[in-house]
Amino acid sequence: MKGKQLTKKDKKLQTNNLVNDIPLTQLYSKADADTKLSYFLMGFSNIKNKQILKGLFFLISEIGFIYWFFSWGIKSLIGLVTLGTKKAGEIYDSKLGVYVSRPGDNSLLFLLFGLSAVMLIGIGIYLYRINLKSARKIYQLKAEGKKLPTLKDDWNELLNDRLYLLFMAIPIIGILFFTVLPIVYTMSVAFTNYDHSHLPPGHLFKWIGLSNFGNIIAGPMAKTFLPVLGWTLIWAVLATVSNFILGIMLAMLINTKGIKGDKVYRTIFILTMAIPQFISFLVWANMLNDAGIINRVLENWGVISGPIHFLTDGMTAKMTVLVVNLWVGMPATMLVTTGILQNLSADQIEAAQIDGANKFQIFKNITFPQILFVMAPSLIQQFIGNINNFNVIFLLTGGGPTNSNFYRAGDTDLLVTWLYQLTLNSQDYSLASVIGIIIFIFTATFSLLMFKKVNKLQGVNG
Amino acid sequence: MKKNKLHAIITSQVILTILAFIWVLPIIFVILQSFRAEGGQFVSYFFPKHWTLDNYKYLFTNKDGWNYGQWFLNTLFVSVISGIISTFLSIGVAYSLSRLQFKLKGFYLKFALIVGMFPGFLSMISIYYILKALNLTNSLWALVLMYSYGAALGFYVQKGFFDTIPQSLDERAQIDGASRWQIFTKITLPIAKPIIVYTALGAFTGPWMDFIFAKVVLGNNQSKWTVAVGLFTMVSSKENANSLFMSFAAGSVLIAIPITILFIWLQRFFVEGVTAGSVKG
Repeated sequence: MKGKQLTKKDKKLQTNNLVNDIPLTQLYSKADADTKLSYFLMGFSNIKNKQILKGLFFLISEIGFIYWFFSWGIKSLIGLVTLGTKKAGEIYDSKLGVYVSRPGDNSLLFLLFGLSAVMLIGIGIYLYRINLKSARKIYQLKAEGKKLPTLKDDWNELLNDRLYLLFMAIPIIGILFFTVLPIVYTMSVAFTNYDHSHLPPGHLFKWIGLSNFGNIIAGPMAKTFLPVLGWTLIWAVLATVSNFILGIMLAMLINTKGIKGDKVYRTIFILTMAIPQFISFLVWANMLNDAGIINRVLENWGVISGPIHFLTDGMTAKMTVLVVNLWVGMPATMLVTTGILQNLSADQIEAAQIDGANKFQIFKNITFPQILFVMAPSLIQQFIGNINNFNVIFLLTGGGPTNSNFYRAGDTDLLVTWLYQLTLNSQDYSLASVIGIIIFIFTATFSLLMFKKVNKLQGVNG
Repeated sequence: MKKNKLHAIITSQVILTILAFIWVLPIIFVILQSFRAEGGQFVSYFFPKHWTLDNYKYLFTNKDGWNYGQWFLNTLFVSVISGIISTFLSIGVAYSLSRLQFKLKGFYLKFALIVGMFPGFLSMISIYYILKALNLTNSLWALVLMYSYGAALGFYVQKGFFDTIPQSLDERAQIDGASRWQIFTKITLPIAKPIIVYTALGAFTGPWMDFIFAKVVLGNNQSKWTVAVGLFTMVSSKENANSLFMSFAAGSVLIAIPITILFIWLQRFFVEGVTAGSVKG
C-alpha cells in the first residue's frame, strides 16, 4: 500500500523534477548507492562525484562529531541531567590507607557543557541534513543528465544567490554562543538551587523545579521583590515621560521665533550627551554628596542649615535620580524633536492660525501628534531601556540608601541593580536568574504588544 | 500684542540661559577640579585656590598602579578591533536583511527583535560565567568578543539606510550581468559610506563609554583595565576617592575631549537613527 503511494509520487516527481525535490525521508529508498552511502558516510556522494573539498568537509565534520560525541558528548548530556554527583572533599583511599582529597564535580561546568552539547548536536543534525541535500542535488542533476557544479560554480553561487550565507553565517554562530546560550543558561539556572550555599566546585547544585519562582513571588523574597518591582515600574514611567515632555518643551523653547543664539544653546545641550555616563553620573554624585559642593555652597549662603540628603534619604534619593536622569535624557529628546519641528509643514499651521486656533490648540492638535507619531517606537525603547537603566542608579546612589526591610537591596535599587548585587556580591545566582526571566518576559511582552500597536498606527506591515 | 511677544522672548531667553548654565555646570566643574592643587574629594568652592597640572602628570607617572597610559592603549586596542569586527558584521547582516532574499529572513528579524530584548546586562553576567568556565576572563580578547557579538543584533539603523537605496539600481546591474557580490561592492558600498562611518565610529566609541561590562570581565587585573574601569575604580572606594578625585577628573577630561568631538560629528546620524531606524518587527 505504502509502496504504491510512493511510486505515484515518484512519477510526479520525475515529471517536474525542477520544482520538487524528493523528500529526505524518501530519498534513501529511491536514490542510487552513492546517495545511500551518504546517509552513513557524510560527503561520500560529493567525493565520488569530484566535489572533493565539499565532501571532505562533510566527512571530517562527521568524524569530528562522532569522536566528540563518544568522548565528551554523552558525558556532557548525562552531566546536564545530574549536574554532578561527586562532592569535593576527602575520600578514603584503601590502597594507600589514608584519606586523600578529590576535586569533585563542578555543577556549573556540567550545566554549561551540557547546554553546549545540546547545541552542538543541533549543529551536527543541521550539517547532516545539508549533506543529504547536497547528495540529493547530485543525484537529481545526474538523473537529468546535467553537469554537476564544480567548486568554482559553488563559489560563484556563494557570491551571488547565496551571498546571505557569507554574510550571516558568522553572526549567527556568534548569536548562538553569545546570546542564545547565555539566555538558555540563565533560564536553566533559575530552576536550580545555585546560590551562596551551593557554590561549585566545593558544593553541588541541582535541579529544584519552580520553587525559586515561588520564593520570589509569594515566599520570603516577595518582601523585597514586590517593592523593588514597584519602584522599577514607577521609575521607568516617570523617567520616560518626564524626559519626553520636558525634552519637547526644551526644543520648543529653543525653537521660539526671535531667540538669540539658538545654535549655541543646542550645542551646549548636545555636549552633555557626548560625555560618557560613568563620568557625568560620578561627577553629579560628587556634587550632590552630603559633603559635596552643592550642599556646602548652599550652607555658606545660609539657605540651609544642614545638608540636604540628596542621595542618602530614600525619598529624596528617588527624586534626585529622576532629576539627574533628566540632565542626561532631555537633550536626546530635544535633538530629535527639533528635527521634527523644523520639518513640520508651515501650511498646516498657518491654515490653523487663519481658522483662529491659538498656540496651545495648534500644539495639541498638530505639533504634538506629529512628534508622538515619529517618536513612539523610540519611546517604547526608552521605557524598556529605563527598566534596565543600570548606570544611573549604580553610579549615583549604588542602589542606596540601604533598606533594612529588603534582602540586599536599597531604596533606589531597580530590579537590574538588585540583580547585580545578587550575582556579583551575594552570589545568589538562582534568585538573580528568576528576576532576569521576569524582566525579560515583562519587557518582551510589553514591547511586542506596543510595537504591534504602533506599527498598526503608522501603517507599517508588522 | 507686540509687547507680549517681546516679553515671551525675554522669558524664554532667561529660562534657556539658566538651563544651559545647569547643563554646563558639571562639565565646567570637572574641568576645574582637574586643575585643583589642594586635595580632598569635596570642596566648598567652585574655582580652585591653587592651579596645577600635577593631576594630569600623576596619571602617567604614578607608581600606585593607576596606569592610565596602559589603560588608554588597552581601550584603543579593544575599540579598534571590536570596531572593525562589528562594522563588518553589522553591515553584512543589515545588507542581507535589507537586500537579499532567503528563507529564514522573516524568522531572523522576529528572533532578533525578541532576543534583543533580553537585557544585555543579564547576558553579560552569563557570558561572564561562560568565559570564566573557559578560563577566558581577564583578557582583552574576551572583551573584544563581548563588544563584537552584539553587532549581529544591532542592524536596525543600517538596515534602514539600505532600505532607502532604490531597488532599481540593483536590478539594472543585474540585467547587465553583475553578481550580488559585485552589486554589493561596486554599487551599494560606495553609496553606504556615511552609514559605514557611523557604524564604525559607534562601535569604536563603545569601549570608551562602557565600564560595567569591562569591569565584570576584566576583574582585578589592573594592567588589563580599560580607561573607564580604571577611572571608575579610582573613585569607587572611599579611601582612594579622597586623594584621587582630581586625577579622576583629569583622566575624564582627557577621554571626554576626543569622544565629544566624534560625537558632535556624528549627531546628525543619531537623529536619523532614532527616527528612521525604529524597530519594525
